[in-house]
This record gives sequence, C-alpha cells and structure tokens, in this order.
Amino acid sequence: MSLEHDHSAPGKDDLIAARVKALEAILVEKGLIGSDAIDYMSSVYENEVGPQLGAKVTARAWVDADFKARLLADATAACKELGIGGMQGEEMIVLENTDEVHNIVVCTLCSCYPWPVLGLPPNWYKYPAYRSRAVRDPRGVMAEFGFELPESVEIRVWDSSAELRYWVLPERPEGTDGFTEEQLAALVTRDSLIGVTAALSPDAVTAEV
Amino acid sequence: MDGVHDLGGRHGLGAINPEPDEPVFHYDWERSILVMFPAMAMAGAFNLDQFRSGMEQIPPAEYLQATYYEHWLHSMIHYGTEAGIIDPEDLQRRTQHYLENPQESAPKAAKPDMVATLEQLIPTGDDYRRETDAPAKYDVGDTVRVLPQVSTTHTRRAGYVRGRVGEVVAAHGAYVYPDSNALGLGEDPHHLYTVRFTSQELWGDEPGAANSVVHIDLWEPYLTSA
Repeated sequence: MSLEHDHSAPGKDDLIAARVKALEAILVEKGLIGSDAIDYMSSVYENEVGPQLGAKVTARAWVDADFKARLLADATAACKELGIGGMQGEEMIVLENTDEVHNIVVCTLCSCYPWPVLGLPPNWYKYPAYRSRAVRDPRGVMAEFGFELPESVEIRVWDSSAELRYWVLPERPEGTDGFTEEQLAALVTRDSLIGVTAALSPDAVTAEV
Repeated sequence: MDGVHDLGGRHGLGAINPEPDEPVFHYDWERSILVMFPAMAMAGAFNLDQFRSGMEQIPPAEYLQATYYEHWLHSMIHYGTEAGIIDPEDLQRRTQHYLENPQESAPKAAKPDMVATLEQLIPTGDDYRRETDAPAKYDVGDTVRVLPQVSTTHTRRAGYVRGRVGEVVAAHGAYVYPDSNALGLGEDPHHLYTVRFTSQELWGDEPGAANSVVHIDLWEPYLTSA
C-alpha cells in the first residue's frame, strides 16, 4: 500500500486554491506581497535555479581536481566561484561518493534541501515514505530508484536537521574520458545529487537519444 | 515535540513513487504560496523555526495526507492570525467567494521594493551562525548520547536518535537554537555538531540498513557525554 496524494476528497484542490487566493488577496491589500514579486521568485525557481546548477558544479569538479578539493573543503565558497549560492543553501557541505562509500541525503523532520544547487524539492523528497525510510532502509529506498549497491559499499545517510545543506558529489561514470564539462553535466541528475541513484552512464544517455 | 512530523524510521508509510519529469509547480497557487513565505517572514509573522513549528501543529492524520504546500498554508494562517495580519472570518468569507468564483484571480498589485529585496535575498539567503563566548563542550571523536527527554514544543532532536550513542564527526560553531527561537524566546545560540550513528546502534541487524551509518546535526543541549 502506498500513501497517495490524489486528493480523492471532493473539491479538496479547489478549496486549497480558493484559500490561497483569499490569503493572497489579504496580503496584496495590506501591501505585504506584490504580484510582480510572485512572478519574479517563482520564475527564478522554475527557470534559473534548479538541478542543472548542481550538475554544472559536479562536472567542474570531475574535470578540475583543484576545484574538487575546494568544493569538498568548503562547498559554499567553491559554488560561489561559479556564481551559485543563496537561500536555503547558505552553508553547503558536499559529500563525495567513491568505490567504497555512497552518500544519501534526507530531512526526516521537514523537507530541508539545498535550493541553490537543486532548486525546489520534488514531492517524493517531502512526503512521509522517503522521510521515514531513508535513515532506516536506505538500500530499499535506492532499490526503488533502480539502484543497488553491493553490501561492501558503506552507505552514509545525512539527515539535514539544522541549517547546513548537504548534497552529493556522484562518481564520474566510466567511459567519459575526453568528455567536455557540458557533456558530463548532462549525466548528472537531480536524483544522483540527492544520492538515491548514481550519475547516468553515457550509454544510457545515448540510448535515450 | 514527539509529533507525527518526526518521521525518521517509522514503518508503514508506503513506496516512494517518484513522479517522472515532475514539474517545479503542480498548481498555479503553489507559485503564490512560495512567495508568501518571504513576504510573511518580512512582515514579522514568523521566523524560520516558528514556521516549522506551525507545520508540526497540524493534526496528525491531516499532516500525513496533506501536500507540502498545504503544510505551509497551515503555518502561514496560524502565524498570520496571531500577528493580526489575518482575520479568520475574513479569510473564510474570501475563501468562500473564490470557491464560488473559481475563475477569478486574486487582486494584482506591484511591489517593486519586494522584488528588489528578493533579488538581493535569493542569491545570499540568511545567516544562522552566531558568535558565542561559550567554549564547545565536545570535540570531534567524542562519544555522545542524545538525551532521551523531549519538550512538547519545537525541537530538532529527532526521535530515532534519542537515547542513542554516536560519535561527533564535526563541530560547526554556534547557531540559532530552534527550540528557543520557535517559541519567540530569542535565538539563544548553542554549539552545533554532526553526530554519526551506526546502523547497528539504531536498527540492529535490519538488512535495509546493512553497512550504513546515519549522520544528523544536533545542538549541544541535546547531548550528554557517553
């Protein structure tokens, strides 16, 4: 059985939409919010700030060992070199995956997530199933994303309970020698930066095209 | 608070069900509610810890079924009412109006100073680190136990680590203390640590946790030497 969010109760979506409009009307009339501000900020997270930024940082780390060292030592400062940072990622910590260690990030108490490199979180990250299981059944969670690791690989779970924001530096896939940063970034998915999967293999990408 | 929001390690909550090619926003109103967060915070309705605490006040059955932004809406109405920004009867009357007129949008008005503030805020964010004269009680490598007791108000002392023994793997300096800030009692900064727990300590020999460790960030008052 899964916990669905299909709003089978009649009119639930309509009620929420109406209540948000009512609250918005109050805030607009009181001069506490602007329609232009709503358009501006929602557009930033829809069009500018998203997982493509985390992918860009990752690709840079894969081709530039000095940058990677700086990223692992102080992710906030290293991301700032690329003009990346800000709200809900004021202090970021990057966790490196290797042959022996795989990292995965969760927020069991709410939905803390590194917005500057991943944008707004997907629903599954915010819902009870992932939040309850990631700390206790990380191998089962990854298996649901089609990703299985041998038991010899240590899994490190990071529960984001404070204002530090964790994200994962995936391993560079095999068969990517000579790839440009742009080609490498195309292999870095949101899910691989959360740690529920690895980065894509170049074969998988070619097969999709 | 030992509430239903404290989900780490609970059973029976189902499959993850990731949505393929999920959009950033599923409904138009999600755009509005996203921006109500900074708008209401700037208006002084809540701080970040109060906002989280407000979501924890949602009745448990509703909490588990509601979507993420419904949690936000609940907290915004709670604190907006407390701050005198929202009159619940007025909100109800307006909600009924929009239910009966679903094609009607909320009124529009520009607020260029808020756009300017957001242009500044989004790339910089807020700062939760604070200076303190108090020396850190624990060092990296120390063994600590998470104190078992918990308040009935907001805390980040997650249930699944309470009473458990772990190792300090990072000492971060002092940060705003959520347990105090959520009550409006001031920032009361305390040292923050990342503590590592073995799966054996938390879950015994459960196969899903084989060869795994869990890290969580914990403030000094949550801990004792072990």
